Amino acid sequence: MAEIVGRIHSLESFGTVDGPGIRFVTFLQGCPLRCLYCHNPDTWNPKGKVAYEYTPQQLLDEVLRYRNFIVRGGVTLTGGEPLMQPAFCREFFRLCREEGLHTTIDTAGSIVNEQTLSVLDYTDLVLLDIKALDAEKCKHVCAADGRNTLRFLDELQARSIPTWIRHVVVPGLTDDEAGLDRLVSYVKSYTVVEKIEWLPYHTMGTFKYKELGIDYPLEGVLPLSADRIKTIKEKYKDALNRESSAE
Amino acid sequence: MRFNNESWAGFKGDVWKKEINVRDFIQNNYTPYLGDDSFLTPSSEKTRKVWNKLTEMFKEERERGVYDAETKTPQTITTYGAGYIDKENEVIVGLQTDAPLKRGIFPKGGIRMVENSLEAYGYKLDPMTKEIFTKYRKTHNEGVFSAYTDEMMAARRSAIITGLPDAYGRGRIIGDYRRVALYGTTILIEEKKNFQKRLDIQEITDDIIQAREEITEQIKALKDFEKMCASYGFDVSRPAENAREAVQFVYLAYLAAVKDQDGAAMSIGRTATFLDIYIEKDIKEGRLTEDEAQELIDQMIIKLRIVRFLRTPEYNDLFSGDPVWVTESLGGMGLDGRTLVTKTCFRYLHTLYNLGPAPEPNLTVLWADKLPENWKRFCAKVSIDTSAIQYENDDLMRVDYGDDYGIACCVSPMKIGKQMQYFGARANLAKCLLYAINGGRDECSGVQVAPQYEPITSEYLDYEEVMQKYEQMMRWLAKVYVNALKIIHYMHDKYAYEAFEMALHDGNVQRIRATGIAGLSIVADSLAAIRDCKVKVIRDERGLAVDFEREGDYVPFGNNDDRTDQIAVDITEKFMEYLRQHETYRHAVPTQSILTITSNVVYGKKTGSTPDGRPGGAPFAPGANPMNGRDKKGAVAALASVAKLPFQHAHDGISYTFAVSPATLGKESTVQVDNLVSLLNGYFVPTGGQHLNVNVFDKELLIDAMEHPEKYPQLTIRVSGYAVNFVKLTREQQLDVISRTINQAL
Repeated sequence: MAEIVGRIHSLESFGTVDGPGIRFVTFLQGCPLRCLYCHNPDTWNPKGKVAYEYTPQQLLDEVLRYRNFIVRGGVTLTGGEPLMQPAFCREFFRLCREEGLHTTIDTAGSIVNEQTLSVLDYTDLVLLDIKALDAEKCKHVCAADGRNTLRFLDELQARSIPTWIRHVVVPGLTDDEAGLDRLVSYVKSYTVVEKIEWLPYHTMGTFKYKELGIDYPLEGVLPLSADRIKTIKEKYKDALNRESSAE
Repeated sequence: MRFNNESWAGFKGDVWKKEINVRDFIQNNYTPYLGDDSFLTPSSEKTRKVWNKLTEMFKEERERGVYDAETKTPQTITTYGAGYIDKENEVIVGLQTDAPLKRGIFPKGGIRMVENSLEAYGYKLDPMTKEIFTKYRKTHNEGVFSAYTDEMMAARRSAIITGLPDAYGRGRIIGDYRRVALYGTTILIEEKKNFQKRLDIQEITDDIIQAREEITEQIKALKDFEKMCASYGFDVSRPAENAREAVQFVYLAYLAAVKDQDGAAMSIGRTATFLDIYIEKDIKEGRLTEDEAQELIDQMIIKLRIVRFLRTPEYNDLFSGDPVWVTESLGGMGLDGRTLVTKTCFRYLHTLYNLGPAPEPNLTVLWADKLPENWKRFCAKVSIDTSAIQYENDDLMRVDYGDDYGIACCVSPMKIGKQMQYFGARANLAKCLLYAINGGRDECSGVQVAPQYEPITSEYLDYEEVMQKYEQMMRWLAKVYVNALKIIHYMHDKYAYEAFEMALHDGNVQRIRATGIAGLSIVADSLAAIRDCKVKVIRDERGLAVDFEREGDYVPFGNNDDRTDQIAVDITEKFMEYLRQHETYRHAVPTQSILTITSNVVYGKKTGSTPDGRPGGAPFAPGANPMNGRDKKGAVAALASVAKLPFQHAHDGISYTFAVSPATLGKESTVQVDNLVSLLNGYFVPTGGQHLNVNVFDKELLIDAMEHPEKYPQLTIRVSGYAVNFVKLTREQQLDVISRTINQAL
């Protein structure tokens, strides 16, 4: 069997927003979705230039150099879409588990097959990005209709894997009250869902479009206001009504 | 021998009654506190009145630079009578001069310094005072310059060695101020007399003569101190009898030190847990309430916030923002495994809420794995709210310094009352690298500063050749540096001896010679670039390398890359070994720190372009920090790089300054606290880093403060080893701080 090599866009040793605690975050190269608001367009092309090409063991060796810092946190694979490199993810997480490290994957769940689901064998937490519940709307926001994401969520429920739902709130695009209500009531029935993270749309990644010579699809859309995100967070604060929340 | 005193009734332990041993008293009597911060109380009305009055005065002080200054009478312990801010509301009393914020003068250090400082703020030195210290009484400054060699003068002028304490008080000596409260001066004087008597059993040597004279000075200082305290109505000849007296006596002792000396760093030591014993006893016996306990601490902290020294503008460039380094070390673990955290440690930190944030005292938390979780979380919360505290690795230092050490200045550990240090500022290792390339000529002035060596003449730099010449140049630098320090400390002992502070040390004090280095990350990056890339030298018409062109990439220090980080480790060790080769003044133990204070900006200004790609004149990174903007793997990787620097070869401390926005630390406030605690736990493993400044603020806030300073009088930030009011920094320094803040990663 050929050795698995992960194509890694970049590494962040002080990740604090992708799962609990301080996390060593690996950004994997490649994503099929082309979300209108994506702030990492440089991670799209699976064959694009990468900073590192590591085997799972090599990445683990790097991670272990930060063990003191991440004992209460763990590792997170994100991207791009990490599940474009499922064999790498699976083997890396398997090795992390052996070391007692908490594993988190940040995915849109848009690729559902035997290989991607097998990553879940070694996954402690999934950050599942739901673009929009409505298939038409989802197709407008990105290059998929979102049905795979919901199948992925079913699978997480079946396997009892703790899940945090993520939703990027874009003014005028994904922030309508009815849509948010529907999203909350939909995910509520999944007992694995511990938390919903509302991510306010920002424009800090637009400079990358310029660098890559791509037109920015949401040109002119202002970042979501701090007040608006606060209102949303407040409104759905207790929506899940879980006994032990991850907060 | 056995001391005895009625006021010791109720205190346990025996050894401390037979010898001066504050640690033994603490160990036998303190109460570790494992609870949370819910017992803390707000400031009292009296405290608020005193603080509000000062707050008004601070405004004027900010506008004029100094509030008021003495122009005639040199400062001593007894120069001034009692002074007050608002007598009826002051629970803890004592001022440096006769009025709050008025700065005294210390001409024994150097009369020119006094004259220039006064003139900078529109005052004129009294002609008679000037005459006395020019004609009749030699100063430390004059002494040093009468003995400096040409080479030392040149090294000093070219700023390859900077900040030498040759014109101001050397500081970094911590008197054990607790001894006054525990024993009273009668016992302390008795001890000194006995020690002096033991100094005549051998042949009289220079050392013995010096020691005998110094002890006489110390006894005289203790007697002056008694007079000073009497002017405030206190009898310090006997031990403190209650918590109020204990706090008052410790403060009075510290006050005498800052009346006697204008040392660069006048640290207070490790007083909180000691005082907690008295406070807990009084509370238990119903003689003190929590409100009153907090009031005592609040009011002592107010006093520590208004210590002032008169400095020249050049001094402020190096150490900006009027720092005094009233460093207080809090918490840590005892050798027996109990934590040294007490309720009074909480009370000290709580002053940052009761009085608002402030740079002084320089509150320093001694971090250890086994500290109570509640304390860790409280510290993290205070950091996030105030950015006013620093952290140092107790698990690392306790091995060598025991459990009763304190931090002097920024990062320098010493056993309280048992060790003192000869402060030696720092050498510029980045400039030294340029000297190696340029054959000892200064890249800015062109002057031959080091002895003439063969310069490098090739178009591209060769790693082996550069290293060989760099090692030679570091040997030269180490020699001229430590020899200059010998002169400085010889003269300081002779003309500006710290009699009072030394009176609160053991007779057989251990001395430490503390040198320092600046520019380590530039050196590591430059050498990595020379090794891994092609670095072409651009020479000017004088043949001096003034710029470099690089082809290819290297991994900079701060990315947890062993190949580059090892260069920083090796250079630290090498330079320390060269320093160790030289004899020291009064058998001091040689050490070094990796620390710059705010002088990283000035060092940068005075150093030409370096092979790492840093343009000439650009700031250095502070302390041991990696160069700004060169990290590719995030903050923890940078910490991991710095943690590799060997403490055994930088025993005087390794400073790292960290600034992060609240959002980068986590989404919710409890998560921010969790993550900061994890970060500190991760950095301060026994083999980890030594020091961490933690700043938590948004860049936007700093930018606004730069534009509208009047809105942010109390905004406090941590710079290398101390804290400052942000608005008191120069604009260049403000921009430097802003450029280092980590905002949320994309």
